[in-house]
Amino acid sequence: MNIVVCVKQVPDTATERKLRSDDKTLDRDAVDGVVNELDEYAVEEALKLKEAHGGEVTVLTMGPGKATETIRKALAMGADKAVHLSDDALHGSDALSTSYAMAQALKKIGFDLVILGSESTDARTGVLPAMLAERLGAPQLTLARKVDVNGSSITIERLTDYGYDRVEATLPAVVSVVEKINEPRYPSFKGIMAAKKKPVETLGIADAEIAADQVGLGAAWSEVVEFAPAPPRAVGTIVKDEGDGGAKVAEFLASKKFI
Amino acid sequence: MSEILVLVEHVDGEVKKVTLELLTLARSLGSPAAVWAGPGITADAKARLAEYGADKIYVAGSGDVVDHVVAPKAELLAQLVADKSPAAVLVVATAEGKEVAGRLAVKTDSGVITDAVGLREGFVADQSIFGGGVNVQSRVRRGTPIVAVRPNSTAPEAAAGAGAEEEVTVSLSDGARAARIVERVKQEKGARPELTEAAIVVSGGRGVGSAENFAIIEALADSLGGAVGASRAATDAQWYPHQFQVGQTGKTVSPQLYIAAGISGAIQHRAGMQTAKNIVAINKDPEAPIFELADYGVVGDLNQVVPQLTEEINKRK
Repeated sequence: MNIVVCVKQVPDTATERKLRSDDKTLDRDAVDGVVNELDEYAVEEALKLKEAHGGEVTVLTMGPGKATETIRKALAMGADKAVHLSDDALHGSDALSTSYAMAQALKKIGFDLVILGSESTDARTGVLPAMLAERLGAPQLTLARKVDVNGSSITIERLTDYGYDRVEATLPAVVSVVEKINEPRYPSFKGIMAAKKKPVETLGIADAEIAADQVGLGAAWSEVVEFAPAPPRAVGTIVKDEGDGGAKVAEFLASKKFI
Repeated sequence: MSEILVLVEHVDGEVKKVTLELLTLARSLGSPAAVWAGPGITADAKARLAEYGADKIYVAGSGDVVDHVVAPKAELLAQLVADKSPAAVLVVATAEGKEVAGRLAVKTDSGVITDAVGLREGFVADQSIFGGGVNVQSRVRRGTPIVAVRPNSTAPEAAAGAGAEEEVTVSLSDGARAARIVERVKQEKGARPELTEAAIVVSGGRGVGSAENFAIIEALADSLGGAVGASRAATDAQWYPHQFQVGQTGKTVSPQLYIAAGISGAIQHRAGMQTAKNIVAINKDPEAPIFELADYGVVGDLNQVVPQLTEEINKRK
């Protein structure tokens, strides 16, 4: 099985994230980049499927040069090779542009299964997996908390508000995973050393047949008009429980008409 | 006035509250047109949609529309966008709602805005990003604006619309039937409101200490008619099921009242609840970052404070 796992480098959420004042995009240079957490679950699931069914795991990432750190991590976990979609023309791409560019790269790479995290911790739009399925004309098996492949058929448990849906489709397909589908492995020392020798192919937009006028900030379908730091919340009342803490909260709730 | 399509959220033939919020919001921007996907619409449901301002109700009652993952709803909305040229399309910003919005955006070559907490003239949307640290105003500049709006962004207000019903036949592509839902497994906890759309959420974290002890969190939630949430520490420890996890890698909630019990308030959690209107924190650690967000906080043992609060609320009923 030819599995492509899409990973994104995102700013460490433990650091302060900012928008750039010039073009109102995320300032990626100012912060440390880490692998988007949900994508680590995607890498783990890809490796488990490869271990069970054979095949090859290719990492695909789109991002600036710095994103190679993220590629190395996925390779160190055990992926076989990587494709780095990197081009200055891609800077500022919104979800529509990104899904277009990623879909073009995926068509070039070829796949039986595309796996990715259900959302990123930076933009948190949660739309990319569905957009990829739409653009690739592949079944959308998103929000998976369990994945089973049997020959060319694939079944997932899709997380819902009330529990889950069991969903069936035929490969090739696009799968997004939620947290707790598995426990991502830590790269071993051996894995880290091996990752340095694994092939990483860099693609520019022309290589992936991506039209320049469909990507980047200029092509964005939506735009940030204004932004500002959220005003600090008004300082609240903090009391120490003297045996009447619950009653005091009740007073507060009553003052706000919740009870 | 231009139509604003609102994709209706419904369960067992009943319209969910969040749809009434979206209709209220749509009314301030144009003429609301409710879109009902799937079988099971009732006279009561139609009356409810009209009561909250739906001038039109498009009904695509085929089971096909809901028996496959997301794609059929996007095709239905794309067909209506082509036929009715609405000024905008509103969906609820749940995980699935956003997926519908994403596919629809690709189909109609339109921009999409997710997790809006407000929407104004010119379809300028308010968003809260980076775990609540930055407020953003954004707008769509290509195609028909598609906006996924967070529950509890608007208070629903009744104002009758014409409620003219129109049946819609949607011819689904083979691609839209590619992911078949073969079973729906319900794991609901009692009769509580749904986490993402509840007006009141009571969440427990590491301080709750055990799965059994979540009973005191549930009792408090029930006394307020609220939903129960959990921090990642609590779901990692398997004290509470994962679908109730609030935070960066779980659900995002924006209720009128959020009570955090035994939750320290790391960014992982704050990213999922920071836009709550009122926040109450109960934690034994006075240095817990959750107190920086709290409108009201109690430094104390939740095992004492929470049951006392529940009792006090029940007494006042």
